[in-house]
Amino acid sequence: MSAEAVEGASRPSIGHGFRLQWEAVQNAYVLLFPEGMIKLNGSAGEIMKRCTGLSTIAEITADLERTFETSGLAHDVIAFVEMARGKQWLSVSA
Amino acid sequence: MTGAPKSAGKAVSSGPAVRPDPAVRPGPPLWLLLELTYRCPLHCAFCYNPTDFATSGPELGTEDWLRVLKEARALGSVQLGLSGGEPLSRDDLEEIVAEAHRLGFYTNLITSGVGLNETRIRALKDAGLDHIQLSFQDSTRQMNDFLSSTRTFDLKSKVAALIKQHDYPMVLNVVLHRLNIDHVEEILQMADRMGADYVELANTQFYGWAWHNRRQLMPSREQVERAEEVTRRFRERQNRPMRIFFVVPDYFEKRPKACMNGLGSIFLTVTPDGTALPCHAARMLPGLEFPNVKTSSLQHVWYESSGFTHFRGDAWMKEPCRSCPEKTRDFGGCRCQAYLLTGDAANADPVCDLSPHHHKVVEATLSAGQEKPLVFRSRANSSRLF
Repeated sequence: MSAEAVEGASRPSIGHGFRLQWEAVQNAYVLLFPEGMIKLNGSAGEIMKRCTGLSTIAEITADLERTFETSGLAHDVIAFVEMARGKQWLSVSA
Repeated sequence: MTGAPKSAGKAVSSGPAVRPDPAVRPGPPLWLLLELTYRCPLHCAFCYNPTDFATSGPELGTEDWLRVLKEARALGSVQLGLSGGEPLSRDDLEEIVAEAHRLGFYTNLITSGVGLNETRIRALKDAGLDHIQLSFQDSTRQMNDFLSSTRTFDLKSKVAALIKQHDYPMVLNVVLHRLNIDHVEEILQMADRMGADYVELANTQFYGWAWHNRRQLMPSREQVERAEEVTRRFRERQNRPMRIFFVVPDYFEKRPKACMNGLGSIFLTVTPDGTALPCHAARMLPGLEFPNVKTSSLQHVWYESSGFTHFRGDAWMKEPCRSCPEKTRDFGGCRCQAYLLTGDAANADPVCDLSPHHHKVVEATLSAGQEKPLVFRSRANSSRLF
């Protein structure tokens, strides 16, 4: 597990052994792993689906702000990514 | 697989958002367990399979299983367990996995490891299998082989290496009881050495063969407490991310497990002959309709059949559950355990110390010991018993 700081230039991706998937019946993104499932709320799903390993957190934040016509999300996104990394839902590379 | 914990606590381990409100329309059967076959090379004395499995009808064919997958997915099932018996005994396992993967299931193979060679593990990977849960009976060859009545320890060790080599997430499941619970430290070390991502220390739940062997398998309270302490210390000093689940031995508790998150709430299992059940053991419950998927749609099974609707919500509850503020947390515990120990499936699970039958659970823990030999799960014993 990486102990590096999560910052704007970090690139988060779905953690090893986890799968992110849209479930129409639940109207939500879910995170699947061995014998388990986490149903994500709307904002968690919107962040997680952008965590492809290709985009930086700054780019993800900008995309979210554009999509939802808002601003000032940087702090929330970083806090979520840190939490998710702690649970191994996400891995983060510099 | 035969020793899996009966509590679905881990099956959907997220927050309250996942738990449907049973008073309204029930949520989807998120967890689908297919018991593909009762055939098994192992003969574990703690197996939860019914002791009369030898009288079970013929196994469903491939087409039936594929239809069940499609219907379940349409209802919203997303986690799929492939179990048994030993699912690798079916030579259409790869085909079933491939269809499940195509439909969007997260696929879990729950296996003894017997029959999992290089060719099949590769084919399963190609088919889209997501995860393998491998059972061990103990950390030692001697006890593993005794408890399963086979010589499989070395084979299982090789299979564990194969699972890692093919980059599957690996869960090691060890059913704990009187004869191996003192080896928890060694079991955890073994799991760590093998590179397990998760370990389930699944204290025996007493159904099926385990119910039959209850007296021989029941640990003492001292053993349970020691195992919990060893597990706690191991967690503190472990440096690999290996998640350890300690499935609580509910006979030693004062409150029941939230069995299956309430019957008919998230879990649907289909037995080898096609009987749809709301939990592995529910066929024992009298007076309920458990349809066969050969003649009933899963839509009917889940939303209309009494086997799935009867114990939803709390209208069925008696005292002390009915007026209990904890009923929304544990749903009165396990219906099968209530039936087995009190004769009435609508009673409180007698694990609860508010149950007037709680003394039966306490007495079972006090009368533990090996006074008679274990009866191993086999077709011959199944036919002899029933």
